[in-house]
Amino acid sequence: MSTATPGGGGEVHHFRRMVAVWVVLSVALDLVYAFVLGPHVPPGTMTSTAANQQSDFNVLFIIAVPVVLAVWVYGAYALITWRASRSGPGDPAADARAHSHLGVQIGWIATTTVLVLGLFVFGLVELVVSTGAGGGQGPDPLWTPTSHEVLPVQVIGQQWAFTFRYPTFGGFETHDLVLPDDTTIAFHVTSLDVIHSFWAYQLGVKADANPSEDNIAYTTTQQVGSFTVRCAELCGLWHGAMFNDGRVVPKDQFMVWAQTTERDSAASTKLLPPFSYTYVPDANGADGGYYPDNVDPYSNVETYGAASPGTSG
Amino acid sequence: MSRGGRLAVCAVLVAAAAGLVVFAAMAFVGSTPSTVDFASGHEAGQPVDITVQTVGAIGFGPHPTWVSYLVKDPQGQWVHTTLWQVPAHTRVDMTVMQYDSGSPLRNQQWGRIVGTTGGVADYNGTPESVINSNDTNGVGHTFTIPTLGINVPLVGISPNAKNPCGSAPCTPNFNHNVITFSFETPGPGRYPWQCFVPCGAGYLYGNGGPMSTVGYMGGFLEVEA
Repeated sequence: MSTATPGGGGEVHHFRRMVAVWVVLSVALDLVYAFVLGPHVPPGTMTSTAANQQSDFNVLFIIAVPVVLAVWVYGAYALITWRASRSGPGDPAADARAHSHLGVQIGWIATTTVLVLGLFVFGLVELVVSTGAGGGQGPDPLWTPTSHEVLPVQVIGQQWAFTFRYPTFGGFETHDLVLPDDTTIAFHVTSLDVIHSFWAYQLGVKADANPSEDNIAYTTTQQVGSFTVRCAELCGLWHGAMFNDGRVVPKDQFMVWAQTTERDSAASTKLLPPFSYTYVPDANGADGGYYPDNVDPYSNVETYGAASPGTSG
Repeated sequence: MSRGGRLAVCAVLVAAAAGLVVFAAMAFVGSTPSTVDFASGHEAGQPVDITVQTVGAIGFGPHPTWVSYLVKDPQGQWVHTTLWQVPAHTRVDMTVMQYDSGSPLRNQQWGRIVGTTGGVADYNGTPESVINSNDTNGVGHTFTIPTLGINVPLVGISPNAKNPCGSAPCTPNFNHNVITFSFETPGPGRYPWQCFVPCGAGYLYGNGGPMSTVGYMGGFLEVEA
């Protein structure tokens, strides 16, 4: 145990001890986190955006661990070494130097400033580059995918269920959200009544569903599996029951499913209004349907598997 | 104020708060619809028959003008509730007596019959898989259990019906449609069901009032082991 006395060489000794403990613990916990826990952090790696979010969480956590440990190690060390009941060196907290150590103050402020500003820049970059953030970007997305094969899927929120339209497969509407693997998806999220929020948790996608708005969110699938869709906006009595299960399947299975569903849904699809990115619902209760808002319903960059009805022929 | 006075004021306030809590609890309990039990005494392997009716105006209670479902209990009495207890992994044979009129669907997707045995429902004896709400009398309501993928549109009676029912429970003497279908119950759990026609007239987008009150146009299928 150190025999540090105020003004003596023991202060350096204490500091080195604390730093040594801090470095060892920080490296150990960060390594354990990065290689053991990190790969399992939600939302997983089913899509590019989910993987990106997992990576962001891990970066934040790995940076936060040394900061938290710096405080905890110092606190624990001080409690053990300088607690009042122990006969030994005087309490440095009562020493005038403890109140105005310029080096410590500058070091703390500089370190935390660099960390906060660095994470600020990191967060901004992650929002708009790489794979996008997976959030709804409105009708004019800042980030757009580079892939030339994008599958558009319309998400229609209504009290209290989501339905999904596939415009490049005849515009059929279904309660099942099925996506092909290894494909960039453009979710066009809208609502027929109040505000909902399309939250496909394992896909790392979350976008508000606003009436008369086309809120676009992109992601690229990279694993097959099932996922859950929930409404994340309190939207009325049955909000809690507004969820679906979805699936990411191999491309060939998706094509079979889409073509089969298109064929089986033909009778009901022809009763639907023409596909549009937004609709104008009738607000007068049960009377009337929902109508296209006359916005060009098909993007020239979104085609998948079949020609868009709006551009074919 | 003396110490005794302050204590008395505190005691009164505490008693008032407790009274409010008890009142709110009693009001909540009192407003919860009863549950009709189709599970007790059910013979394994036998289907469960559930008969319901939909009416344009319930005609009694705190909201007599609200549209509503009613269910016939195993003793044959009509009960104003939407909470039904049914056995697991059992066929349910549903009969819906639709006394309400209809209109075009806001989302025609709800005109498709899905999740029933054979993907069809019988409308006055005619099996259908899709209802065009623009061609018929329109769809008044749906019976939908989203988590089970079940949806059956309930075609409305003619808007020119000579003998529409004014208040529940309605008898077969009034104009009505009979819709029948079957589905299998899943494992135990509490499955919400609702109408997907925004039939809460007078409320924003038609989804308030009876659409947002358990006991009227939505409830729970409580599946027992």
